[in-house]
Amino acid sequence: MISFFNVSKVYPNGVKALQGLSLQIKNGEFVFIVGPSGAGKTTMIKLIFREELPTKGQIYIGGRSVVRMRPREVPNLRRRIGMVFQDFRLLPDRTVFENVAFAMKVICASRSEINERVPEVLKLVGLEKRMDNYPPQLSGGEQQRTAIARALVNRPSIMIADEPTGNLDIDTSWEIMDCFKEINEQGTTVIIATHAKEIVDSMRQRVIALNHGEVVRDEHRGVYANAT
Amino acid sequence: MFTLMLLRQAYYILQEVFRSLKRNSLLNFAAVGTTAISLFVLGVGLLLVVNTNQITSTMESNIEIMVYLKEDISEKEALSLEPLFSRISEVKEVDFISRDEALVSLEEQMGEETNLRDSLGDENPLPNAYKIKTSEPREVGAVAAEVGRFPGVEKVRYGQEVVEKLLKLTNWAHTIGLIILALLGVSAIFLIATTTRLTLFARRQEINIMKYVGATDWFVRWPFLLEGIILGCVGALLAVGVLYLSYGTLTAKLQETISFLPLISDGRYLMWIYEGLLAGGIVLGAIGSAISVRKYLRV
Repeated sequence: MISFFNVSKVYPNGVKALQGLSLQIKNGEFVFIVGPSGAGKTTMIKLIFREELPTKGQIYIGGRSVVRMRPREVPNLRRRIGMVFQDFRLLPDRTVFENVAFAMKVICASRSEINERVPEVLKLVGLEKRMDNYPPQLSGGEQQRTAIARALVNRPSIMIADEPTGNLDIDTSWEIMDCFKEINEQGTTVIIATHAKEIVDSMRQRVIALNHGEVVRDEHRGVYANAT
Repeated sequence: MFTLMLLRQAYYILQEVFRSLKRNSLLNFAAVGTTAISLFVLGVGLLLVVNTNQITSTMESNIEIMVYLKEDISEKEALSLEPLFSRISEVKEVDFISRDEALVSLEEQMGEETNLRDSLGDENPLPNAYKIKTSEPREVGAVAAEVGRFPGVEKVRYGQEVVEKLLKLTNWAHTIGLIILALLGVSAIFLIATTTRLTLFARRQEINIMKYVGATDWFVRWPFLLEGIILGCVGALLAVGVLYLSYGTLTAKLQETISFLPLISDGRYLMWIYEGLLAGGIVLGAIGSAISVRKYLRV
């Protein structure tokens, strides 16, 4: 479970990204975070990931305070969270297999574990035939699926994606969303910040709408924007 | 279990090191080149300074005091002064030159054509004398004054002005040498640090991804540190190699033409300089990487 209690974030340049945010995301939930640019979506994700610390308030993940966490515990937190970005962030000089295996090497998995687990996740995202290709040889959707495989390979309990379909066309976006749906169905909490209105509207999952750093709407089986 | 993890980690880190040595060949070439050139220039400066010091200290150690004794002192009495001179604490060497010896050497200096003996008759106008060397060139003045107070001493000569000028000169050579070395050292550090920063800037994405998938800071840092050490070491080896070869040929050539020049050719001393440069390259490589990587670890 992820809990935000009265969380505010003011950046050093004076920008108030979040103001008194309180919300809870239960284990196994599928959540869309929507809102205009600058609403605080990315900041919220950065706080969960402890890339940033809140100016005020508390954040708990799995009963532990992220705010009071010591710096050397941060790698452990991140190993339990899979992260996917709009720009994929793959290493262009490594094959699909190596990109995914990289995340396992970092946690010192054995070679046999890597050889077993990497093909397994690549199959899950439908890239088993592309293992030996390099990212520049792949389409945008394939690159993003590689990134998802990398986020997934260490069996995280939470999967976070920041605009994962921002660089993709609508058909490919659907493929990616199906991927996330499948991951969620296996029990992983999925949090997606997005602008993809059509997808949000038709998937009817929980939608948290932010604006000016505050929650303006939080609905189960919600849509991107309320008809006014 | 824990050691197995550590071994595995070491293995993965080494894998990363070799991969990036292979893949980033252009950047690595630049880093090695920068290190090699900076250390070479530093090495040239170092060799110049130590040789200047060597030359000046040889000149300093050649400073001597001439002590002329009174005419009416017999050779026996003159010889009895030697232990008294030796007892002065700053005196290193005491040489007695009898008036006969002095005449012979004067004859040799003037050559055969001048019939010195004939023109002098049986008279030897030269006095008995002592040649004294001090352990510290700076003590020459004090020693000369003390020697002058002994009975039987007629005159003391040591070229006061020359000595003072020489001492001033060597002091300057020392200070200027140190300043030049410090400047060269700083510029070497600056150049190497800039190059590593560039290298890391090109690879910030990689560091960023490592941090996002939960790599510990040390897992990120180690490959870069090792790489810095390897590149620094290769650069330093290149610099030392070129320095070694060129210094060897240069000193051989110089000594052929100006044989009295007291250049340093002591292998052990030179080795010490080369080892210092090598260690400097390794340390600079490691520190350069460590400092630059720190900036990108804050994610």
